[in-house]
Amino acid sequence: MSILPQVIFLVIFVAAGYVLYRRISFLKRNIMLGKKEERNDQPGERWKTMLLVAFGQQKMFKRWLPAFLHFLVYAGFIIINLEVAEFIIDGFTGQHRIFAPFLGGFYTFAMNAFEFLAVGVLVACVVFLIRRNITKVPRLTMKELKGWPAMDANLILIIEICLMMVILKMNAADQILASRGVEHYTQLGTLFFSSLLTPLLEGFSTSFLVFTERAAWWFHIVGILGFAIYVTYSKHLHIFLAFPNTWYSKLQPKGEMTNMPEVTNEVNMMLGIPTEGAQESPAEIGRFGAKDVNDLSWINIMNAYSCTECGRCTAECPANITGKKLSPRKIMMDVRDRAEEVGKSVDAGGKGLEDGKSLLGDYTTAEEINACTSCNACVEACPVNIDPLSIILQMRRYVAMEESGSPAQWNAMFQNMETSFSPWKFAPTDRFNWAESVKDEEIK
Amino acid sequence: MSNYKVPTMAEMAASGESPEILFWVGCAGSFDDRYKAVTQAFVKILNKVGVSFAVLGPEETCTGDPARRAGNEFLFQMQAVANIQVMNGYNIKKVVTACPHCFNTIKNEYPALGGAYEVIHHSQFLQSLINEGKIVMKGGGEFKGKKITFHDSCFLGRANNVYEAPREIIKALDVELVEMKRCRTKGLCCGAGGAQMFKEPEPGKKDINVERTEEALGTGASAIAVGCPFCLTMMADGVKNKEKENEVKVVDLAELIAKDLGLD
Ligand code: SF4
Ligand code: SF4
Repeated sequence: MSILPQVIFLVIFVAAGYVLYRRISFLKRNIMLGKKEERNDQPGERWKTMLLVAFGQQKMFKRWLPAFLHFLVYAGFIIINLEVAEFIIDGFTGQHRIFAPFLGGFYTFAMNAFEFLAVGVLVACVVFLIRRNITKVPRLTMKELKGWPAMDANLILIIEICLMMVILKMNAADQILASRGVEHYTQLGTLFFSSLLTPLLEGFSTSFLVFTERAAWWFHIVGILGFAIYVTYSKHLHIFLAFPNTWYSKLQPKGEMTNMPEVTNEVNMMLGIPTEGAQESPAEIGRFGAKDVNDLSWINIMNAYSCTECGRCTAECPANITGKKLSPRKIMMDVRDRAEEVGKSVDAGGKGLEDGKSLLGDYTTAEEINACTSCNACVEACPVNIDPLSIILQMRRYVAMEESGSPAQWNAMFQNMETSFSPWKFAPTDRFNWAESVKDEEIK
Repeated sequence: MSNYKVPTMAEMAASGESPEILFWVGCAGSFDDRYKAVTQAFVKILNKVGVSFAVLGPEETCTGDPARRAGNEFLFQMQAVANIQVMNGYNIKKVVTACPHCFNTIKNEYPALGGAYEVIHHSQFLQSLINEGKIVMKGGGEFKGKKITFHDSCFLGRANNVYEAPREIIKALDVELVEMKRCRTKGLCCGAGGAQMFKEPEPGKKDINVERTEEALGTGASAIAVGCPFCLTMMADGVKNKEKENEVKVVDLAELIAKDLGLD
């Protein structure tokens, strides 16, 4: 037997590994464009959040149909990987079904389980395609998804359907060959789903079936390697990033906005309060708030790369529901697109961040961020604990503090607060007037 | 018979007393005509029950929440640090407020600036008074046997996980609590948070408060209960927009209790 297939497999495997390594480095660098932020407190709570939300899909189970279908694909993805491990060993050793002789009946059981999952994934993907393209579920067909995002979503579903069909076809051909006693092929007993396909293939010659089986094998494993690379270009990166992303979830109450200690020092000085333990003003005074991706925290950018573009956030957003331009999903897509643009430019020796563009202005507009009510519905809705609100509020800080560009009515409110210590223009001396009439009343 | 008392911290300190709680009134509670009634209802309940409390009165200023949410961190911290100095000066330990925005800011955001207090929303405080048997509801009042729906405030609910206290209060009345489809974690904002109260909304199809009011009216409730001054304004405007102000009332939880106790 020639070792050519093994050599080809090795070459493909190493090449795919190299491409993946390059992609991962690229993504990591893009995420690290963001500012440093420590979020390693309460590790117990963090592990728990990750297990529940990412591994246990806790937040998906708010509506059962999408949750159930997604769970099928998710379970299929995780468990079918066990079979892929065998594929890889077979590929390197030139064996076929290397575990079959050791596992005996259990192997047949496992193959049946994989087939069940494969069919589950297939069905789920077909339903997903229908929801996107035929019944047009609103959150899956909004305008920010036009073009590549819609294509990306459909492509991945079609790829998964192909990969799953190929598994079934391979098993069918494999079992006919085994029943004909062809060397290399092991009889496994009944495989539930692929045995339904055998009548379609039975009429063909042995050499054709060997070809079919091998073609399916190669298609599947090369397809999976290709898929792994494709994922790094796609919103499907969430299948990996959901885990770190949930681990680094915000654990404080949702209503708490991050403090800006660099402001506190100045405020204390202005109010004449001694600042014990306050360091000299920090060496590099960055921007106040966020204008571009590098002003955000790396966690914000990781959030963007973890976004599934599912639109659950946008579907719950009161501003979006009532027709305003704001869409929290689009904010996340903007951050990702901008990080990609900067990263590609840097790699090409271009201007990177200094290209005259910025996240705020070229991607996200003031009109969008001004419409946010900071209601946290988007944060609550996100199945992978993404926080679009944090990004919106940081951009508002930039507009208010660096540009003095807030809407005129907000500027008026700021003035009222400075002069009369209330957002409304009332005399501070009238603040206690409400008590007059109560004090005149007798207790009943 | 004696009159209702509204002691200030300054008066208390002058006579060497320290109250159990500081009632943080907030800007809306001090200046908004409609919400002043809620402030008054709440102090009447406190008087009636005999809770030892005080207010800051003229020494109170805005917590800074709208400035912070609109992006003006300097202004927020100026307000916050000044307020913290006053409160720490009086050695305050426990704060009760009827405004979820004040509640959220003092509870979650003041500690980083040196102001750590136990902060309680008035719904939680009233619920504990009911549980302790200090408030005994008569179950009568104008909504007896009618439907009431509760509108969750984002800054109370999602922001701080307070969902049950307001509902417990409503259940203590002899009324039927009906939920809107979007409630609790899925509650829909009234449209005023994040400093939206202080500017016109961005162009869109509809105002958020109208969308929310439609949902509330859809329950057939004869009252929309709220626990927030902004929600109160927004829902009342929505009801007016739908010309339903004669049939459907928008009321704060403290008002429901005060009415029930005959304090209004
Ligand atoms: S926090 Fe802002 S972006 Fe998020 S749902 Fe609410 S209004 Fe929309
Ligand atoms: S931020 Fe979360 S909820 Fe919104 S589209 Fe992305 S993954 Fe979905």
